[in-house]
Amino acid sequence: MNRFRRANRAAILASVAASFALVAPAAAQETFKLGIVTFLSGPAADSFGVPARNGAQFVIDQLNKGAAPSPYEKVGFGGIKVEPVIIDENGGATKQVQELRNLYQRDNVDVVLGYIGSGDCLAVAPIAEELKKMLVLMDCGTPRIFEDAKYNYVFRTAAHATMDNVGLIRYMKAKNIKMTTLSAINQDYAWGQDSRADFVAAAEQLYPGVKLQTDLLPKFGAGQYGTEISALVGAGSDVVYSSLWGGDLQAFVLQSAPRGLPKRSQLVFSAADHVLPPLGDKMPDGTIIGARGAYGLMSQKSPLNDWLFKGYEAANGVYPVQASYRMTQAILGLKAAVEKAMAKNGGKKPSTDEMVAAMTGLEWQTPGGLIQMKLADGHQAIQPIAFSRTKYNPDLKRVDLVDIQYFAAECVNPPPGVKAIDWIKGGMQGAKCD
Amino acid sequence: MHPLVMIALVAAVTLFGRALPTWTLSLATIAASNALISLGIVVLARTGNVSFGQGLFFAAGGYGVALIANAWGLTDAVAQVIVGAACGGLLGLVIGPLIARYSGIFFGMLTLALSMVFYGALVKTTALGGSDGFNVGRPSLFGMSFTDPREADFMLYAVSVIVTGFAGIAATILFRSEFGLASLAVRENNLRVEYLGLSANRIVSINFAIAAVFAGASGAFALMAQRHIDPQFAYWTTSGEFVFVAVLAGNQSVAAVFVASMALELVRSFSNLYLPNTWQLVLGIFLLGVILFLPRGIGSLWIRDRRKRRTAADVPLAAERGAAS
Repeated sequence: MNRFRRANRAAILASVAASFALVAPAAAQETFKLGIVTFLSGPAADSFGVPARNGAQFVIDQLNKGAAPSPYEKVGFGGIKVEPVIIDENGGATKQVQELRNLYQRDNVDVVLGYIGSGDCLAVAPIAEELKKMLVLMDCGTPRIFEDAKYNYVFRTAAHATMDNVGLIRYMKAKNIKMTTLSAINQDYAWGQDSRADFVAAAEQLYPGVKLQTDLLPKFGAGQYGTEISALVGAGSDVVYSSLWGGDLQAFVLQSAPRGLPKRSQLVFSAADHVLPPLGDKMPDGTIIGARGAYGLMSQKSPLNDWLFKGYEAANGVYPVQASYRMTQAILGLKAAVEKAMAKNGGKKPSTDEMVAAMTGLEWQTPGGLIQMKLADGHQAIQPIAFSRTKYNPDLKRVDLVDIQYFAAECVNPPPGVKAIDWIKGGMQGAKCD
Repeated sequence: MHPLVMIALVAAVTLFGRALPTWTLSLATIAASNALISLGIVVLARTGNVSFGQGLFFAAGGYGVALIANAWGLTDAVAQVIVGAACGGLLGLVIGPLIARYSGIFFGMLTLALSMVFYGALVKTTALGGSDGFNVGRPSLFGMSFTDPREADFMLYAVSVIVTGFAGIAATILFRSEFGLASLAVRENNLRVEYLGLSANRIVSINFAIAAVFAGASGAFALMAQRHIDPQFAYWTTSGEFVFVAVLAGNQSVAAVFVASMALELVRSFSNLYLPNTWQLVLGIFLLGVILFLPRGIGSLWIRDRRKRRTAADVPLAAERGAAS
């Protein structure tokens, strides 16, 4: 027993010593170290985190080979190879703050890119700002990040969640969807609450007098929606709106179809493209869906989009959805900024401040369309968005998207200096729609 | 160990922070803050009750500090710790006497339920950012504000190590006191304690309030370190993690709580870096390993065998509880 204990003691001391030895800072080398944070476990992993990780691996691999199409044909970032450090976003905001510090201070990454959860984005942004390190937020939805605070070192390369709901209402109006009564089912956490507020506010603008009937907020990850579906079927509203995603959305669709909800009410989902591959023919035809951008099956044809769509599908066996596109547009944007900074400083690896200056107000082409850093003094992107209806294609055994309509970025995003919810409630002044 | 030696040790650990790399400072700050709350669990566990809801006081301290900081601009680190401790303590004084009548699994479940009620209320409160939470400004100390990241991190490290250190010294004194010994007696046989003329409920309540004070102060540290608060502070997995630290440490040594907390943070951080897909597995194996090979906690690595006889009886109890969690 005693000998065992001594052996244990030695083993533990050795492992502690080893963990300290690993701490020694790596020698400076001429790569671009990119910290990537995305959900690799937990409820958001399958829907968003892993497609985003796969997107990052595909794009970085292509960039390092110099195989990406114009204007991204340079190897890596301006000739410097990209070295990704991928970590898991699961575990809560406290852990994310700590891991962000570790990425910058211990692993010496040049830029951290990622984050899907809004709470994580809100938590890490001020820390990057204090450390004076560049942070690129990739996907999180809340408009509060740049509305509540002002950042110099933080960027978000995707539009915030406002356009998901404003665009959805504009699509319904354009397609003459009747909506005198409305019901809603959203998860009871910030994403669900905010999406619901945006959708209802936008509906009141374009559908004056619309009546909100059943307004449900089941808890996140509920999985069982029997009671909720009864209430929705009972209400029989013209439209049932939902911002559910991932496993919750799949469960809701699977459980509501046999109860006839899709026949009674027009289903509209603000972010649903990522459940089309797993649901297949279980997705009712005619459902109106958004993808938080012109992504996946709703993306517009371009050499850049063909490169991502076909390359990603060949590498992963499934076509890319929202999160893969958002990761791609973040990496391409960072590449554009780095190369712009290198053109200015004579081809050296740029400093953080040079990259920040180059990224501010930048515009770049992506598989999902043109991204423009127009809001929050050039730190928050706006982008075009698409909506469509589902139609199952038995030949290809996948859900096709029909009736696709695109909306220009400035049609569905607020102008600079206005809070998103105030803009919607004020009648969406200054929107430039074609 | 003499209290003066312990004070010297706290001072040495604080100064050691000057030599640590920057990223270790913030990690150690979080570890110290977790150690503080786990110390509270150890204090309470001496009465035979394990709280699975310390997240309640952790969040109460954090939200209290955050709201006061945003409303009145209170940024001083020491003042924030005191506010956090007061918020946690006040709540503990209210809840403690109500809950002290229960023991064992009922006690644990009630604390868990109360923390989840608080969590649910916070998620619904959109004025406080709902599940996304909200941010607070960076802390200052005695009117000095720190713009250099390393100095700011060291300041937080120093304050958290000193506060946790002194809490540890206070706990050691408490454990040796008449009251501390009576707490142990409550666990062994609370009826007998009552016949001796002491109120078992009162003893549990006071220990509960002490644990709540520690938890509130710990919430203040967590808030200062991450400048952001969300309802996750009150979630049951957060509380569970603190119980884990207490189990890892064992209840033989106060220093072990700090070591266990630091070890957990290091293992988590490095496994996340090198094995991003399976870091939870590594963490689980680490916890299992400690429970299997050091059933009396990390503290048994340096606590001599002569103390074994005295504490042998109470440790398996704590280990069993931890395993059940």
